Amino acid sequence: MSFFLQLVVSGFALGMVYALIAIGFVIILKCSKAFNIAQGHFVMIGGYLGFTFLVTFHLPVWASLILAVAAAIILGLLIERFTLRPLVGQPVLAVIMMTIALATVLEGLATLVWGGEYKTYHGVLPTITLKIGELSIPPETLIGVMVSIAVVTILMLFFRYTRSGLAMMATAEDEQVVQSAGIKVTTVYALSWVIACVVGVIGGIILGGVSGVMIPLANVGLKAFAVVLLGGVNSIGGAIVAGIMVGVLENIAAGYLDPLLPSGGGLASVFPFIVMIIVLIFRPHGLFGLVEIERI
Amino acid sequence: MLQVNNIEVTYMNIIQVLRGVSLEVGDGKIIALLGANGAGKTTTLKAISGLLKTEEGEVTDGSIVFDGKRIDRYGPVEIAAMGITQVMEGRRVLGHLSVEENLMVFAHNRKDRKEVKADIEKVFEYFPKVKTLRRQTSGYLSGGEQQMMVIGRGLMARPKLMLLDEPSLGLAPLLVQEIYEIIRRINAEQKMAILLVEQNARAALGIADYGYVMENGRVVLSGAADMLRDNEDVQEFYMGLSAAGSKKSYREFKHYRRKKRWVT
Repeated sequence: MSFFLQLVVSGFALGMVYALIAIGFVIILKCSKAFNIAQGHFVMIGGYLGFTFLVTFHLPVWASLILAVAAAIILGLLIERFTLRPLVGQPVLAVIMMTIALATVLEGLATLVWGGEYKTYHGVLPTITLKIGELSIPPETLIGVMVSIAVVTILMLFFRYTRSGLAMMATAEDEQVVQSAGIKVTTVYALSWVIACVVGVIGGIILGGVSGVMIPLANVGLKAFAVVLLGGVNSIGGAIVAGIMVGVLENIAAGYLDPLLPSGGGLASVFPFIVMIIVLIFRPHGLFGLVEIERI
Repeated sequence: MLQVNNIEVTYMNIIQVLRGVSLEVGDGKIIALLGANGAGKTTTLKAISGLLKTEEGEVTDGSIVFDGKRIDRYGPVEIAAMGITQVMEGRRVLGHLSVEENLMVFAHNRKDRKEVKADIEKVFEYFPKVKTLRRQTSGYLSGGEQQMMVIGRGLMARPKLMLLDEPSLGLAPLLVQEIYEIIRRINAEQKMAILLVEQNARAALGIADYGYVMENGRVVLSGAADMLRDNEDVQEFYMGLSAAGSKKSYREFKHYRRKKRWVT
């Protein structure tokens, strides 16, 4: 039993990070109706930034975090200004193609700057060990959970209580109406890309601390993709619940099913996607997706 | 206040929709813009509000002057800031947001938070039905409630000129009457000029000071509202009355006996 609980707890911790990355997806999707293929690459860049600030420059954690977030904001603004603003008013497909191009460019840049090697800063992030009876929560993931919860809470409050948050939600509904209200949609888009970059980079620093950084870290974007589809493409709350679900399922599959397989593993990373397929068959809008409101 | 001088509008550089439209809106007046489908009424409004530019349309000739300033080169955001708000056709609610959030979106650029709160209450005073629904998801409101909310939403920007595009669309006659009564009140109490686009000529001319009739991208007739109401062509083609002024009978073999007396 304690083995099971242990799996659930560490799955939850991992899931929170997935949720954080998935929120980046959801925000872009809500505003531009486009899947941001490069979201996983923001995570990878985040991991490398974490490595640069923490290990190469030996900066304290708080300073590294601030610098990484600042870099993410600049990256978001640059991406929006130079690659996506020219596409405003163009078909969604053009935007998706652009994000594919972005993914490749970011991957190339990372190889150029960091050499594409495996970097690790295990043990550099502060560790807090928490024991509840038999259960121990892995220290790196605990800090990840705390940061994720903080960021998610800030985002929820932002959407609920600020004008810019409201403007973003409104832009997702009807761009033309929002413009007639005197809101600059370009500002809203820039903001959405900045948020996507920031949550990706923060997620990357956390994941990099747990498992190290290399180019394939970008594949976590695919997992976030599954999270988004599972939770419902336009629901932030859904992304959180689905993120935790995927994290827990992945861990349970790794703990119980992988040892049974002759290959000795590999099911862990497939299992969440199997669940996603099943959920999507029965609930095409995902678990918490907004249903198109249609008046009859 | 607003002068539209002989504007021509082209979509995608090839489809000419307006071929020289001129009209004028005076301070605090209600001006009706009438015409059949495809006459160019909505395009005229979009040219004024700048929304044309979001649909690859362009004012290719003529000028639009608002409060002495030429505005036809500006985009919708700048024009909204100058005090022109368009209430678009077909309600266009932000469906997943609540009624109150819908109202707040249009107060986005206002700094006077207290006044905004007061304005929300004022909107609720004009539309008491909307007040009871303030926390509801707006997509689930009835058509009439949505139309009321959308007009109220326009008020939140405190415009000097409101462009109202077919507020009667798809509403029951009784509701149309109610909404028009409120539009008249808003005009009188807020001293807000209103440019009203309508297919429902009778309702529009009932509250307007002056009216224009459009056809094929041109203004073909204009005059004081009561004069237009008495005009036989307007009665025949937009109000469904025969020349005698009695209700038209479609049972007669040729109910279209009359010919339009304007050139299009």
